[in-house]
Amino acid sequence: MIAKPHFAFFDEGSKKEIRRATLKAVAIPGYQVPFASREMPIARGWGTGGLQLTLSLIGRNDVLKVIDQGADESVNAVSIKKLVQHTTGVSVTEKTQEADIIQSRHRIPEKALKEDQILVLQVPNPEPLRKVDAREYMTKRMHAEDDYSGAWLLLFEQIMKFGRMSTGASHPVYVNGRYVMTPSPIPRFDNPKMHQSKGLILLGAGREKKIFAVPPYTSVESLAFDDYPFTVESFEGKACKLCGSTDVFLDEIIDPDTGERTHQCNDTSYCMEQLNSEEKVEVENSYV
Amino acid sequence: MYEKPILQVKHLQKQFGEGCPHCFDKESVYLEKNYCTVCGTVHAVRDVSFDLYPGEVLGIVGESGSGKSTMLQGLYFDSSMTSGAVYINQSELTGQNVLSLSSQQKRYIRNYIYGMVYQNPVDGLKMKFSSIGNIAEKMIAAGNRNVSNIEKRSKELLENVHIPLRRMKEEPQYFSGGMQQRVQIAKALSNNPPILFLDEVTTGLDLSVQASVLDLIKQIQRELHISMVVVSHDLAVIRMLADRSIVMLNGEVIENGLTDQILEDPQHEYTQQLVYSLL
Ligand SMILES: Nc1ncnc2c1ncn2[C@@H]1O[C@H](COP(=O)(O)OP(=O)(O)OP(=O)(O)O)[C@@H](O)[C@H]1O
Ligand SMILES: [Mg+2]
Ligand SMILES: [Zn+2]
Repeated sequence: MIAKPHFAFFDEGSKKEIRRATLKAVAIPGYQVPFASREMPIARGWGTGGLQLTLSLIGRNDVLKVIDQGADESVNAVSIKKLVQHTTGVSVTEKTQEADIIQSRHRIPEKALKEDQILVLQVPNPEPLRKVDAREYMTKRMHAEDDYSGAWLLLFEQIMKFGRMSTGASHPVYVNGRYVMTPSPIPRFDNPKMHQSKGLILLGAGREKKIFAVPPYTSVESLAFDDYPFTVESFEGKACKLCGSTDVFLDEIIDPDTGERTHQCNDTSYCMEQLNSEEKVEVENSYV
Repeated sequence: MYEKPILQVKHLQKQFGEGCPHCFDKESVYLEKNYCTVCGTVHAVRDVSFDLYPGEVLGIVGESGSGKSTMLQGLYFDSSMTSGAVYINQSELTGQNVLSLSSQQKRYIRNYIYGMVYQNPVDGLKMKFSSIGNIAEKMIAAGNRNVSNIEKRSKELLENVHIPLRRMKEEPQYFSGGMQQRVQIAKALSNNPPILFLDEVTTGLDLSVQASVLDLIKQIQRELHISMVVVSHDLAVIRMLADRSIVMLNGEVIENGLTDQILEDPQHEYTQQLVYSLL
């Protein structure tokens, strides 16, 4: 006899354990809650932290969206979607506003989260102070004592070396004025989206066995010096060559033949929707 | 001296081990130096008391293992003491035994009131961060969030300790021992602390480098009027720097007074040996 597989892969006990850690993470914004990270049918470091969060939360009627570096159809996103669908039968979407749970790696969607949405971010390295001290008990103590001079020192070193803060991704943030947290390797462009987000943001690190959270309407402030303020990547004077958007995170595309540089929305589903709505407007206009 | 001491140390005690009835008494025959042959406890610091006055340099001299570093690390809150009290005469701390404060309050004292130069530079510096970053760390810890301000002050300090500014972005791991000690001194001075602890700053350095580090400390004392506790096992160093000194042996204070007096008329047998060996 073949045992009936569990809904959402895990047995109920495992899901409860992950949810308990999640609740604690929500109760202490930005604090890394340890949890018993499970073995998954995908390799650790490929989003198992996020996947475990998603599986512990998802219900039969939920709609799921999975993106990897802004794209819904990347190999990683597709295999995670398949696994969740296979064990739950939930429906998936590419439209941000239709999803109940959005699991993502390296990006926060361009469209702002709604109150009834949960964003699950995959995290490879949850500890923003790891470069300050390699020992977990030391970084834990720094967090406990609100001793974040090391986090600023790392930024100071960047300014000394490069003349500016050079964090490409994972620029550390102060959550609720208390814990310093890595926002996961999202571009600096996405950091402000966490601030006072209407939707819940959960972050999961499978290999490092940590869950942390930014509850809705929580203050999230990027670390910066008085005379070196935090700035996001600038795309001034550039627009998506497909949909024309300007206030989004753009990827640079270099034509291998001509060497010509163009830009495209990194968030592919956002781009698609802009295109669709433009078409609609065109169609409507042509009937006037 | 009629002034009030800025730092008062009372009955400081540090033992590694539980202790037993056989080593309770300092004169016990079961003690081999600071080590109890019955229970194996090391009495690293035994009932040490002293006062430090504003602007003075107090020398602490004693042979290797006499408990000097253990005591300084206790004062700087790096390790907890078994018992004893420390008072700092600074408005908001007056009357409180600072050893019993919360770790946050201790951090405040380390960042604003104390400076420390460790015997071993590895304990005082982040070897893989830039030298200017090492100095900045203490200012950042004290709440400074202005890069140009931090940079300006760090450069001043580096110049004071004679480290060429072109080397300020290099990591101390590539510096000589004397330069590492200079970076430590610059870091310790960054927040203008009223109290500075120096643990064997010149030990292991070439004689000429030793002389220049000692000159630097004298200059700091003259110009900044910082109160200092200077620890060394080398009486010559103490003679050069300290107005008053205490002599430690097996964790205890065996002699204290004006440095000149101790040198001219040592009372304790051990001190006599120490002084005659210097002549
Ligand atoms: N963690 C420890 N466990 C047991 N004994 C210790 C420990 N740390 C230090 N000691 C002992 O405490 C005593 C005092 O050591 P300390 O390093 O304070 O001496 P010191 O006066 O600074 O010597 P030096 O001149 O060599 O620097 C020594 O006997 C040492 O072996
Ligand atoms: Mg020592
Ligand atoms: Zn004993």
